[in-house]
Amino acid sequence: MNTAMKNPKSIIENFEIYAPKLVSKEEFFVGGHRACQGCGEALAIRLMCKALGKDTVITNATGCMEVISSLYPTTAWKLPWIHVAFPNSAAVGSGVEAGLTALRRKGKVADRRIKSVAIGGDGGTMDIGFQALSGAMERGHDMLYVCFDNEAYMNTGIQRSSGTPFLAATTTAPAGKKIPGNQVWKKNLAEIMVAHNLPYVATATPSYPIDFMNKVKKARQVKGPSYIHCFVACPTGWRSTSETCIKMGRLALETGIFPLYEVEDGKYRLTVEVPEKRRPVQDYLKGQGRFRHLTPDQIRVIQERVDIEWEALMIKVKHSKSRESLRAPRGV
Amino acid sequence: MTEKKWPETWQEVNPGCMVFRPGSASEYHTGSWRAKRPIWDNAKCIKCGVCYIYCPEGCINEDKDGFFQANLDYCKGCGICAHECWPKAIVMVNEED
Amino acid sequence: MGKRVGMEVAIASAEAAALCKFDVAAVYPITPQSHVAEHLSDIVHEGRVDASFITVESEHSALSAAIGAAGTGARVVTATSSQGLLYMSEVLPIASAMRLPIVMIIANRAVSGPINIWNDHSDIMPMRDTGWISFFADNGQEVVDMTIQAFKVGEDRRVMLPVNVNMDGFQLTHMVEPIIMPEQEEVDRFLPAYVPYAALHPDNIVSMGTLGMPEIYAEAQKSKDVALVNSIKVVKEVWKDWEKQFGRKYEPIQSYRTEDADIALLTMGSMGETAEIAVDELREQGVKVGLLKIKLWRPFPFDELKKAIKGIKVLVVTDRAISFGGPGGPVFSEIRSALYDQPKRPKVVNYIIGLGGRDVTVEGFMDMVRRAAKGKLSERYEIYGVRG
Repeated sequence: MNTAMKNPKSIIENFEIYAPKLVSKEEFFVGGHRACQGCGEALAIRLMCKALGKDTVITNATGCMEVISSLYPTTAWKLPWIHVAFPNSAAVGSGVEAGLTALRRKGKVADRRIKSVAIGGDGGTMDIGFQALSGAMERGHDMLYVCFDNEAYMNTGIQRSSGTPFLAATTTAPAGKKIPGNQVWKKNLAEIMVAHNLPYVATATPSYPIDFMNKVKKARQVKGPSYIHCFVACPTGWRSTSETCIKMGRLALETGIFPLYEVEDGKYRLTVEVPEKRRPVQDYLKGQGRFRHLTPDQIRVIQERVDIEWEALMIKVKHSKSRESLRAPRGV
Repeated sequence: MTEKKWPETWQEVNPGCMVFRPGSASEYHTGSWRAKRPIWDNAKCIKCGVCYIYCPEGCINEDKDGFFQANLDYCKGCGICAHECWPKAIVMVNEED
Repeated sequence: MGKRVGMEVAIASAEAAALCKFDVAAVYPITPQSHVAEHLSDIVHEGRVDASFITVESEHSALSAAIGAAGTGARVVTATSSQGLLYMSEVLPIASAMRLPIVMIIANRAVSGPINIWNDHSDIMPMRDTGWISFFADNGQEVVDMTIQAFKVGEDRRVMLPVNVNMDGFQLTHMVEPIIMPEQEEVDRFLPAYVPYAALHPDNIVSMGTLGMPEIYAEAQKSKDVALVNSIKVVKEVWKDWEKQFGRKYEPIQSYRTEDADIALLTMGSMGETAEIAVDELREQGVKVGLLKIKLWRPFPFDELKKAIKGIKVLVVTDRAISFGGPGGPVFSEIRSALYDQPKRPKVVNYIIGLGGRDVTVEGFMDMVRRAAKGKLSERYEIYGVRG
């Protein structure tokens, strides 16, 4: 059953029914790309590009999106695009920003702002590219980094990453008789980015496309570093059916597993309301083969953890204050 | 850029394998991957565009009357549009049917 | 004409890059390159060059940021050494494959372990096959000249490749040497404004770093190889231009007193100057000895080598790196291989010298020549002066 049908009220509140009609029809990431059927990440990129518009340069970490979009001699991109390697998307993006800034200042390119946007999967961002990301964000480049987190190394065959949820089965953390899947909790990279004192950090998912696109637009406007952690379903890696791709993001929100919020200069705000009584995590877990082995006890542990994290987030939403006035002054 | 025969020789390959034809991936048709295709019932369609926004291929287009249809050259048959269409105006039908 | 100054060579290399008005520098400091990093940032912060200096968090990111910046069409300089160069190794072949003319100043240093900050060539040698043009400088003047030449060579539309300028750590980087610093106006005349082949900008959309399937990968590699091999023509042309304008001559292999030599030493880098003195002394003793100095390591100057060894019966190749488990030092195996199909070729012997900052004296070079002349090398190669 479609979750939108089950809970039409929340949909109407949170997703203006006709909003899709107002979205730019221009496509910067075109069909013909080789992503799997129902790929949440390809959808997220398509939406991100619409929100960014043409004055953008994309830096892509090695990963699914690079592979499926850039088979020489063709490209799915209608934006300037560069891919270098797996761990350095943020570093390359910072160089793109520095290059464009210098060339513009020196009058060697047209005098208008081109946004450098670096992207990567959870592996390229949270693991192997983590240092480069931290460095680029800390240095204060005028750039946006978007992590498309599908919670495992999908490109290489569904191996665990630090984005993989607790107990999920992956090919390097299988659901064995002795060890039932991934043994540690998912790393919260959005929080780590908040700790970098970025002007703008947000979580997003293409299941709430207008929310996601608004966040991309907001991040684009920031004169400085910004970060979006975009949660994307991977039907192939999650062992879920392709048509439930959008529903997964919605259930992740409604269960509180992946809340949608933004942090502007340290001030937290929920951007999509979650029903007072959150859905049980089981609703989210049950449609995915990677969680099929979970026992009721294990599901209860996950539920407890989600409850604790939800409360912690609510405290931040309630009590955090904007420290915009304390932003580090940036030189020329 | 002039069209080159594929596969290119080493003399023809672009320096750095750069590609100067934005969006040229559309030359490849992913429609052949499809097992099921979406069919719209315009009587039920409320023209909200939810199918359009959620399509990972970006292959659902609005016609002049505001209804939607998929470009079957690219539609991989994932079924997201049918699943998300809450007025249930889209059904997935088997390709061979 | 430029001014003659006394200047630390590391600083002089940064000054040379400044004369080229780089747009972006992305550098991570490492001994003995640190003065290059510091001085480049000084130049930018003092406003002497209008550029962005990126204080990257690692060498991997230094070269990655350099690639990103070069992708936008900026003139980019970076610098590193030893472990830093090895840390960049993932990105080195990508920079050349993407045909981005980045210039990298390398302060050559030994590779760990044991950790050792002093000079040899074991950092650049494992990186020799990554598709970069490699210059080796003998002295501070060459470092300055080659840094400026590097931009002109790399940016040439017939080349479009990154270039590294190798200078020995400490032996060069930390030496104060008399250097003729070209005037800005002279460099402006020599080095045209950089017009990139392609640039990341929405006004002319390009995808860079695409996926090469098996049906095109070999062709892509061949096209890069041909570009590198053919770049020697441009290198020689640029060196001719340099000689015409600045009066200092550069050749892929520089010969010293080899006209009637039976035996020749071969060096790369700053030890060439010590070897010259050894040649002079041996000549005074009546030994018919000369010296070959390799200035262009990649692309390897095969034809020039063949010309340079005419008449030489014993060639004493010195290496400053080991190819563990291999046939000898990397320079040695290159030279032997290059001469294999020559009908008349010299006997080639190999000394591995100056590892990790070990000093090699004039007497040392003389000793090597004397022993090689007697055919006194029992092993395929000898680590010169090693105890035990």
